Amino acid sequence: MTARILAALAAGLLFGLGLAVSGMMNPRRVLGFLDVAGSWDPTLAFVLAGAVGVSAAGYLVARRIKRPWLAPSFDIPTRRDIDAPLVGGAILFGIGWGLSGFCPGPALAALGAGLPGDLIFVAAMLAGMWISARLERFRATSQR
Amino acid sequence: MITDWNPWQALAGGGLIGLSAALLLLSNGKIAGISGIVGRLMLAPGEGAAWRAAFLAGLLSGPLLFVAFAGHWPDIGIDASWPVLLAAGLLVGAGTRWGHGCTSGHGVCGLARLSRRSMVAVATFMAAAIVTVFVVRHGIQP
Repeated sequence: MTARILAALAAGLLFGLGLAVSGMMNPRRVLGFLDVAGSWDPTLAFVLAGAVGVSAAGYLVARRIKRPWLAPSFDIPTRRDIDAPLVGGAILFGIGWGLSGFCPGPALAALGAGLPGDLIFVAAMLAGMWISARLERFRATSQR
Repeated sequence: MITDWNPWQALAGGGLIGLSAALLLLSNGKIAGISGIVGRLMLAPGEGAAWRAAFLAGLLSGPLLFVAFAGHWPDIGIDASWPVLLAAGLLVGAGTRWGHGCTSGHGVCGLARLSRRSMVAVATFMAAAIVTVFVVRHGIQP
């Protein structure tokens, strides 16, 4: 149990350090990537390529072992259907990402810097998650 | 506008993020999806709350390692106004919850395991973000 938590802590540290090194904590740089009609900044493509490459190596190792080192089983999504919530949610997320240059990881990692704009974004993001969960629950009970 | 960019630093930073995803997968068997980790911790704690809280503590502390080495915070340039940040935060929170993931869960982890759902999600949120930035920056000309 303790080992699992320490491993999760180490993974979080690597993630936060990687975000800081990569430049992705800077919304200006992220927006520079998304602005294909402006002076394009390709940084995000290199970050994503590096991240997906190493992460894919991890999945290849995972396929060869029966269970994780510290847990009884792998917990990996198995769904393959493309449904409306997947696409609709991705559209909403994309609009918010494009408006601000923030996605969840960098916005949280930047909290330590104490910038008011980041605090507002994170507070609103948590509120958005809460509202979305509330709506889902409301819909589930009204359909019954 | 930023004119300088360094592909090696970007690849190295991305590699660390990938290493994080691989470590969480191989040790705990879990996906390193930030929106999912935060959302579950806030909305449905209980089993799994401890590792999620530990991961988040690491995520928030990771940049401090950068500060310790570099002597300064990485650049964080926020140009959006507070009302826009508020609206953007709501959209990102609701959208990632509804679409089951963000740049990390669908991007870093989903693409790495060639998930069909994640490929669709990444293509969709990238397109939506590019269109949004285009409209904001180039759409309304005086």
